Amino acid sequence: MIPELGQISLILALVLATLLATIPLYGAWRNDERLMSLAPSLVIGHFVFALMAYLVLTVAFINHDFTVTYVAMNSNLLLPLAYRLSAVWGGHEGSLLLWILMLAGWMLAVLMFSRALPTVYRTRVLAVMGMVSIGFLLFTLLTSNPFERILPGPPDGQDLNPLLQDPGMIFHPPLLYMGYVGFAVAFGFAIAGLLGGKVERDWVRWSRPWTLTAWAFLTAGITLGSWWAYYELGWGGWWFWDPVENASFIPWLIGTALIHSQAVTEKRGAFPAWTVLLAIAAFSMSLLGTFLVRSGVLTSVHAFANDPERGLFILAFMTIITGGALLLYALRAPRIMTGEGFDFVSRETALMLNNMFFAVSAGMVLLGTLYPLVSDFMGWAQVSVGPPYFSAMFILLMTPVVMLIPLGPMSRWKKDGLGRILKPLLISAIVAIVLGVAISAWLGAWNARAITGWIGGLWLIFGTFSYVRNALRGRRRGLPRHQIGMIMAHAGIGVFVIGVAMVSSGTIQRDIRVEPGQTVEMEGYRFELTDIVSVKGSNWIADEARFIVYRGDEELYTMNPQKRRYHRSGQVMTQVALRPGFTRDLYIAMGTRLDDSSNAWSIRIHIKPFVRWIWAGALLLALGGLVSASDRRYWRERRVEARQPGQSGSGASTGDEVPA
Amino acid sequence: MTPTRKKRLSIVMLILVGVGTATAIAVTTMNDSILFFVSPSDVAAQSFPVDRRIRLGGLVADNSVQRASDSLAVQFAVTDGTNAVDVAFTGILPDLFREGQGVIAHGRFDTYGVFQADEILARHDETYMPPEVMKALEEAGHTIEASME
Repeated sequence: MIPELGQISLILALVLATLLATIPLYGAWRNDERLMSLAPSLVIGHFVFALMAYLVLTVAFINHDFTVTYVAMNSNLLLPLAYRLSAVWGGHEGSLLLWILMLAGWMLAVLMFSRALPTVYRTRVLAVMGMVSIGFLLFTLLTSNPFERILPGPPDGQDLNPLLQDPGMIFHPPLLYMGYVGFAVAFGFAIAGLLGGKVERDWVRWSRPWTLTAWAFLTAGITLGSWWAYYELGWGGWWFWDPVENASFIPWLIGTALIHSQAVTEKRGAFPAWTVLLAIAAFSMSLLGTFLVRSGVLTSVHAFANDPERGLFILAFMTIITGGALLLYALRAPRIMTGEGFDFVSRETALMLNNMFFAVSAGMVLLGTLYPLVSDFMGWAQVSVGPPYFSAMFILLMTPVVMLIPLGPMSRWKKDGLGRILKPLLISAIVAIVLGVAISAWLGAWNARAITGWIGGLWLIFGTFSYVRNALRGRRRGLPRHQIGMIMAHAGIGVFVIGVAMVSSGTIQRDIRVEPGQTVEMEGYRFELTDIVSVKGSNWIADEARFIVYRGDEELYTMNPQKRRYHRSGQVMTQVALRPGFTRDLYIAMGTRLDDSSNAWSIRIHIKPFVRWIWAGALLLALGGLVSASDRRYWRERRVEARQPGQSGSGASTGDEVPA
Repeated sequence: MTPTRKKRLSIVMLILVGVGTATAIAVTTMNDSILFFVSPSDVAAQSFPVDRRIRLGGLVADNSVQRASDSLAVQFAVTDGTNAVDVAFTGILPDLFREGQGVIAHGRFDTYGVFQADEILARHDETYMPPEVMKALEEAGHTIEASME
């Protein structure tokens, strides 16, 4: 009986979402307080029922209720509890349920933390988000019902894909979805602004912390996914330009442009229409990402068996949402406020360049991701676009970004001189070049990529900190949080750049045949394979290689990679052995048994320099986003600031208000 | 033109030039990194240039996998039920690589007509079949249910 409760909860959530998207919206239009006052209880009810549906499915997993098809497909009696809990979102239907729960959660958060918003405006935001929720609830109920039954249920279930039976995978989808769905808030704010007939600095300020938070989650989610791919897929790569990775990366790129353009629009009122457009684009790209992942139209490591009908539904839904938003935009854009002018050398220009590079990058990734689809659809040829395209584009487009980032915060609004901006950065530039060359020489990484990577990374770090010195001059209090966040994020990119340059230029990889007793020497490390044994886990058995790693005569570690076979599905999985370090990772993965008599295996050994820096830098980015979002400026005194619109435009004063 | 208009025009021009350049570079780079998908029947129907990297897909033919005893070299045949192509590869094969399963290989043909693969992809789900492979099998008149169990 319990699974039916989940189904009923979903239907009730749909009813409430439909009410939310219509009645309070009408009230907002008619300025009817009574109708608008329905919104809060509808949002709460919507959340409660979404949560209930989610909990019901969770209970079905805990109790091994195999009469529920989704549970039978993704779990079995041997699956440990932690993975049964994460299996709730391990498949398509459940991950949609998670999506809905998160959307409901974001709506609840908007309700709770935006009390200072004018009621009409807040009602519109919630109603727009309600519309999005209708789409996803319908999608779930009509095409991907997680509560579907098979009666009588099988005695045991299939298995959660072994790739997903991993701690990294527990958190990757929820974080990613938090980001995806979070852009629905920025979308809601933008549409609500358009519906109200005017786009003002105020709504941009109100939506900034939400956009920042969503962006931070998305950053963290992508980072976690990259880290997971690194140790779980057994190839030792951290980014593959896989279509589904791209699907999460495109919203990230647009989101990055959005948080910067919001800064300009809020502070100076410049390019408001563009900001609205980016908010629409960021969420549309999140929907496109869902479409690409779930429709099975792409060949990808993520493309598990899928259903094209679902893809069609999302495509139709996306057309309605994006098309409707763009139509509204076209009708209302002429009424959007006009911004103040600015000089060629100014912070506005710096941020415009940022937006240009990020928007073009997003376009390039989109082009490379969709081209195979278009080509196939048009009947030209079946093609795939490989990593060389993406890498070349990225190096081309991101090099200027890296060079320009430290200049942005240094510049003043409205009008500035190039000399004034560059002067304090001169020392950072010189130090970065000298130190970059010196470090590369000292590490023996004497190649163009490593050297430019170090110089670029150090330039970002020192350039950012020379801004801190400048900003702190003559200030008694510390820096406000939104600036601290910005500093963390920009420095984080520096760390990331160094990591990428070192990994791509200095990775040493060998695929070799090894028998027990043999030793492999690489880069001063000796890897001795002592034995290959059989080990057992709760739902798998494995061959485990026992390696001892020496440096000179000193014994450093033991490393035990495994080749697992999962009982239920019979699927074979590589379990990598890793020794992470500040300056390098040691990485061993087992291939296949080559010879039964000598017990020889193919083994892959990597030494990856500075690979941790990639994720450390990306995490700094995410943290920076959260710190910025937590700035009190966004959360308090809204009413006060709203009443004094002239206050924030302090003209060409020192650049101490900084885009986060 | 007023100064503001002039400024706006220069900004618009700047953006146009930037986007134009980027697109031009994108299109040329893409031409170099596009991989065309071919099935074994395509290979039989026409000869492919030796110098171009391509993407070959099909099923790993039964009883075709041969390993060298002292290295990681391996040879197997990729089939679509009608034609087959010999593939040579040196390195570690993916976990889901096995006879009768769908596979995609990236590489080039050598002068002997053997496909020298530098990358082998087998996907991470037992029931998953790459769309191109599925289509190639259909075109070759192979029943897909049988190969997917």
